[in-house]
Amino acid sequence: MEIKRVVVTGLGALTPIGNTKDEYWDGLVSGKSGAAPITYFDTEKFKTTFACEVKNFDATQYIDRREARRMDKFAQYAMVAADEAIADAKLNLDQVDKLRVGVIWGAGIGGLETFQQEVLNFAGGDGTPRFNPFFIPKMIADIAPANISIKHGFMGPNYTTVSACASSANAIFDALNSIRLGYTDVVVTGGSEAAVTIAGMGGFNAMHALSTRNESPESASRPFDGARDGFVLGEGAGALILEEYEHAKARGAKIYAEVAGGGLSSDAYHMTAPHPEGLGVVEVMKNCLENAGLNPEDVDHINTHGTSTPLGDVAELKAISKVFGSHAKNININSTKSMTGHLLGAAGAIEAIASILSIEHGIVPPTINHTTVDENIDPELNLTLNKAQKRDVKVAMSNTFGFGGHNACVLFKKI
Amino acid sequence: MSDIASRVKAIIVDKLGVDENEVVAEASFTNDLGADSLDTVELIMEFEKEFDIQIPDDQAENIATVGQAISYIEAAK
Repeated sequence: MEIKRVVVTGLGALTPIGNTKDEYWDGLVSGKSGAAPITYFDTEKFKTTFACEVKNFDATQYIDRREARRMDKFAQYAMVAADEAIADAKLNLDQVDKLRVGVIWGAGIGGLETFQQEVLNFAGGDGTPRFNPFFIPKMIADIAPANISIKHGFMGPNYTTVSACASSANAIFDALNSIRLGYTDVVVTGGSEAAVTIAGMGGFNAMHALSTRNESPESASRPFDGARDGFVLGEGAGALILEEYEHAKARGAKIYAEVAGGGLSSDAYHMTAPHPEGLGVVEVMKNCLENAGLNPEDVDHINTHGTSTPLGDVAELKAISKVFGSHAKNININSTKSMTGHLLGAAGAIEAIASILSIEHGIVPPTINHTTVDENIDPELNLTLNKAQKRDVKVAMSNTFGFGGHNACVLFKKI
Repeated sequence: MSDIASRVKAIIVDKLGVDENEVVAEASFTNDLGADSLDTVELIMEFEKEFDIQIPDDQAENIATVGQAISYIEAAK
């Protein structure tokens, strides 16, 4: 069977630092933080009182009011980002063979706010189960790609991948393979998450996973910094149009980059702690390079998982040094989570977009908030600290790792 | 318009996202106002909440138009 080449022809982003792909990129390059005190609910009794919320979002500006009401925020975000990506790709929806267009989406949780609201309603009642008929269809994680296909009539493969914070990198890799194997011509992929809720904040706080730097939210997400104390919860969506290379060429589409390959692995170690030797993380980057048919020396840029947790950041950098050897110090390594916070199931999507835009613009966005050296980090590594760097990025890797030990990695190449 | 009728219509306008002028007594939720099976269940629940009444499933099946909803609620109150 002939393995097809796959390219990226459209992008869409709805993030804490910008509500479109272009605003997002401007935010990244200028080193903008998306963190601020939470506006959605009263945080007085919460250990962490800030997050990276999407700002100035009114779903009815994009989606018919009645339709918007039937969607949880994670599905609204998905719809808005996917619409931007479809428009960006200039896909002619009357000409494309919709039987061969899929939607493969990532979400770590799904409609958490809907779930929370319905359970609270029940708990506040007299025990009579008066659940809204939209409760289940709004909450389930697969409804985001379902809504996208219903709107546009895409009748190809349609599902959601769930692997916590690796979810949307899993989705991108599945989308890549679907087109490679000839099952589809075009796949709308990416991911979305909307977990800045009382249950989300309370749950992650209970795990001691979140930063508690309440006095200075915008400097709380500080990957690789000696004073990092946990991740900052973010929300939003990223969407990518993946397309078979000849299909894209034939319609004269703008090509951002080639999706050169992907990798998957599991730590097989602990529910939430990263493997101390980063074994699964080493494996996933190796898998990815092999899948793309590239050598370690080919990689110019790595957008790390780098969530700003004490253990995870060091383990990932150690793994990079192991995989890339002496070439590691030549790579522009960054963590854009320093600006966006951690979008969980949408992280892989918005970070893949950041990597692709680094190729497009020849600029690597910074890892902001670095003030204190961490003695456990190799000082020779270029972590793109505090300021964006110019770099002719020909090959960019994007790492994401999820609770449960799920590791996923995707690799993009200039074309 | 009675108080009940105006409250019923307000719920329908809000939940189905339709124009107030379309919400006439003979309008069918599904055929005229674009409701699907989930919307109709939600409407019944909203009527129950708004008017503090119980509408059993077998009777809810007979409430298919705006006018039928208003008459049912007027009788139940």
